[in-house]
Amino acid sequence: MTHDEGTTRWGSASGWPLPPGQPLPTNLNVYVANLVPKEEYFAQGHRACQGCGLALAVRLALKAAGPDVIVATATGCLEIITTPLPYTAWGVPWIHVAFENTAATASGIEAALKVLRRKGRIPDRKVRVLAFAGDGGTADIGLQALSGALERGHDLTYICLDNEAYMNTGVQRSGSTPFGASTTTSPAGKKSIGQQTWKKPMPAIAAAHNIPYVATANPSYPYDFIQKVRRALDTEGPAYIHAYSACPTGWRSATDLSIHIGRLATETGVFPLYEVIEGRHVLNYDPPTLQPLQEYTRLQPRFRHLTDDDLARIEARVRREYDALKRRAELDAKEEKRLKREAVRARRAQRAQRTASDP
Amino acid sequence: MKSAIPKTVVVPPGHRRVGMEDSHAAALAVRQCNVDVVAAYPITPQTHIVEKLAEMVANGELDAEFVPVESEHSAMTVCVGAEAAGARTFTCTSSQGLILMSEVVYITSAMRLPCVMVLANRSLSGPLSIWCDHSDVMSIRDCGWIQTFAENGQEVYDLVFHAYRVAEMADVQTPVILNVDGFYLTHVVESLLVADQEVVDRYLPPYRPRHSLHPDRPVTMGAYGVPDLFTETKKAQDEALRATYPHIVRAWQEWGDLTGRHYHPVETYRTEGARVLLFTMGSIGQTAMVAVDTLREQGLPVGLVKLRLWRPFPHEDLRRAVAGAEHLLVLDRAVSFGGPGGPVASEVRSALYGQVDAPVVHDFIVGLAGRDVAVPDFEAMVREVLARKTAPRHEDYVIYGARE
Ligand SMILES: Cc1ncc(C[n+]2csc(CCOP(=O)(O)OP(=O)(O)O)c2C)c(N)n1
Ligand code: SF4
Ligand SMILES: [Mg+2]
Repeated sequence: MTHDEGTTRWGSASGWPLPPGQPLPTNLNVYVANLVPKEEYFAQGHRACQGCGLALAVRLALKAAGPDVIVATATGCLEIITTPLPYTAWGVPWIHVAFENTAATASGIEAALKVLRRKGRIPDRKVRVLAFAGDGGTADIGLQALSGALERGHDLTYICLDNEAYMNTGVQRSGSTPFGASTTTSPAGKKSIGQQTWKKPMPAIAAAHNIPYVATANPSYPYDFIQKVRRALDTEGPAYIHAYSACPTGWRSATDLSIHIGRLATETGVFPLYEVIEGRHVLNYDPPTLQPLQEYTRLQPRFRHLTDDDLARIEARVRREYDALKRRAELDAKEEKRLKREAVRARRAQRAQRTASDP
Repeated sequence: MKSAIPKTVVVPPGHRRVGMEDSHAAALAVRQCNVDVVAAYPITPQTHIVEKLAEMVANGELDAEFVPVESEHSAMTVCVGAEAAGARTFTCTSSQGLILMSEVVYITSAMRLPCVMVLANRSLSGPLSIWCDHSDVMSIRDCGWIQTFAENGQEVYDLVFHAYRVAEMADVQTPVILNVDGFYLTHVVESLLVADQEVVDRYLPPYRPRHSLHPDRPVTMGAYGVPDLFTETKKAQDEALRATYPHIVRAWQEWGDLTGRHYHPVETYRTEGARVLLFTMGSIGQTAMVAVDTLREQGLPVGLVKLRLWRPFPHEDLRRAVAGAEHLLVLDRAVSFGGPGGPVASEVRSALYGQVDAPVVHDFIVGLAGRDVAVPDFEAMVREVLARKTAPRHEDYVIYGARE
C-alpha cells in the first residue's frame, strides 16, 4: 500500500481528513467510525495494561499515518509494551534507541530519507517520520534533543504521550505531573501535597520554537485526534502533538474509565484541545461551561488526598490558564482577520494603480 | 634497514602528494567515501574535521546532509537513526563529547550499525584540559566497536577508508572508531599521499545495508532484551566482534595491494635482537621510532611494538611480536584509578599471562593531557627498566615524570 505525495490514500475520497487551513469541527461527538481507516498497524497482543490511554493514542496515530511512515520511540511504557524480543507490535518500520534522544533519532531518519531520495537510493516518494516519547522522555530528559530537532526544522512529527509521570519505572513524578498529584517520588504526606510544582507547559514550549504546527490531542476524541496527527504529518517541517494519555495503573483509576476521564480532562479545562498553526492559536473545542474539578479528581486516587480548598486553588489556576488560552485564540483570530483585510486592501490598491497607469 | 624518517618519497600511481592538516585529510577521506549524513558537535581538538565537512557540504563538494546537532548525544543518535534508514554516516568527537554520547555508542554496536567515528583523543575532565591523552577512548573500551589507532596524517587518511570498508562488510556490520591523537595529529600539517577517487571507488563499494528502515520492508529495530534472550544477544555480539578480525586484516591487505601502504594489527620497528621493547599506541609511536634509533646508536638493544588494532584485541599478534624480548615497556596514556595500572598494560599483561618466556611488563603512564614525551624520556624509562633489580608485580605502575 502506497500513496503519492500530497494525497492521502484513505482520505481523499471521503473529503476527510479536512484540508489544512480549514477549521476542525467543533462538535467532537460526531460519529465517524466508518471514515476511520480499518487497517491496523499497531498489533493486538501488546502488553499494555487494561485501559491504557497511550496504547489507544498510538493506535489512532498509526491509522492516521498509514503505511508510509517510519516510527521512532523513546524508552518508556510504549517501547516496553510493544517490543519484548523477539516480538513486535509494530506493522510499520520502527526503531528504539534510548530514552532521551527520540527527537534526534527521528532527525537522523529524516536526514537519511532526504539525502537517499535525492541520490536515488530509495524509491522517490514521501515517507513520513513520526516520533513517540513519554512526558518524561519529552519534558524532562528529552527536552534538549527535542528543542534541537524543532529548531533545526526537520520534517517530522513528534508526539508526546503524556501520562503525567514516569510510568515505566513505577510512577515517579515528571515535570509534566500536575500539581497535587501523588506519585512515588512526590508522595502526598503530612508535609507534602504531592507534586509541588505546576505542569510544565510543553505545547507552549514547542510553539515557542516557531514551528509550523503544534496541537494538543486527546484519544477520548478520536476523530479530532486522527485529524491532528494527519495534519501534523502533512505539515512541511517539524510538528508537535501533545497527547493526553490516561494511565489507570499510574493514576490508580478504574480501567474502564480512561475514555471518560479523558473527556473530563478537556471538559474541565485541564487539557484544552487547541492548535497553534504558524503561531496562530485555535481553540478547537470550547465547552459552554467548564466542569468543576471534583469529578475528574475523584476518579483518580492520585488526587484523593486533596482537600476542597486545594481543589479550589487548582481549579482557579486551570481556569486562569484556560481563559488566557481562549483570549489568545480570539486575539489571533482577530489579527488573522485584520491581516486578511489588509491583504485584500493592498491587492485592490495595486489593481487600482495598474488601471490608473494603463494607457 | 628501515629508518624512522623516509629519505626519498615516491608518489605511487593513482595518488598525488599534498600538504594538508591531518584533520582536513580526515575530512577529505570522509568526502571521498561519499558519506550521506554527517552529524557532529564541536569540541576541541576535533573541530577542524567538522568545520571542513560543513564547508564541503556548503560548497557542494559533498552531497550529504550536515546535521548541526545540539549535543554529541544527539550527534551519535542522528547517525544511528540515519544509518538505520540506510545512510552512510560520519561523526567525530573528543573527550567530554565522547562520554556524553557514550550511552548511544554502546547501543550503536549492539544494533550492528556500521557507523564510523573519528575520535580526536583528548583527556577527560577534570580538571578540564583540551590536550591529548587516551582517557577518552579508554572510557568506552568495552563498547563493542572496532577500534583502530593512527600514528600520522597518512594513516589518518588511509584508515578512514579502512573504517568504512570493514564496518560495512556483510559479515562485519560493526561500527568503527578511528583514534587520532588530538593536536599531535589533528592540528599538524603534513605531506600526504592523496588517492584518486577512482582508487577509493575500487576499494569501497557503495553502502548496501542488509536491513534498513523503510515501509517497503518494515522491520523493528532496538527491541528490548528479556532475561531469557539477553545473554544470547550479548554472546552473539561478542562473537561477531571477535569474528571481525580476519576481515579487518583482509581490508588492510586490500588497501595495501591498491596503494602500497600496508597496515597490521600489531606493527614492529627494529625489534630484532631487542632486549627491551617499547609498546605504544597512536602518535607517540613516531617519537618512539626516533628514540629507538637513538638508543640503538648508543648500543642499547631496544625495539618498538605498536598496537594499531585495539578492538578486537589482537592477542596472538601481540604474543608473536614480543616473543624473545626480556622487557616490555608499555606506555599508557590513561590512568585506571585504583586498578591494575594503565588500561593498556593490564590488557597486555593478561594477553601474556602464563606464557613461557614472556617479557616482564613495565607500565609507564605518560603523556597525560599533552605532556610531551620526548626522546630523552624514552631513554630515561629504558634505563630505569634495565636498572630494576626485581620485576614489578602485575599491579605496579609508574606515573612517569610527575612532580611530587
Ligand atoms: C538515561 C536514562 N535514564 C533513566 C532511564 C530509566 N527510565 C526508563 S523509562 C523511564 C520513564 C519513562 O517515563 P515517560 O517518558 O513519561 O514514559 P512512560 O513510561 O510514562 O510512558 C525512565 C526513568 C533510562 N532508560 N535512561
Ligand atoms: S503503566 Fe500506564 S501508560 Fe504504562 S502501559 Fe500501563 S496503563 Fe499504559
Ligand atoms: Mg509518562
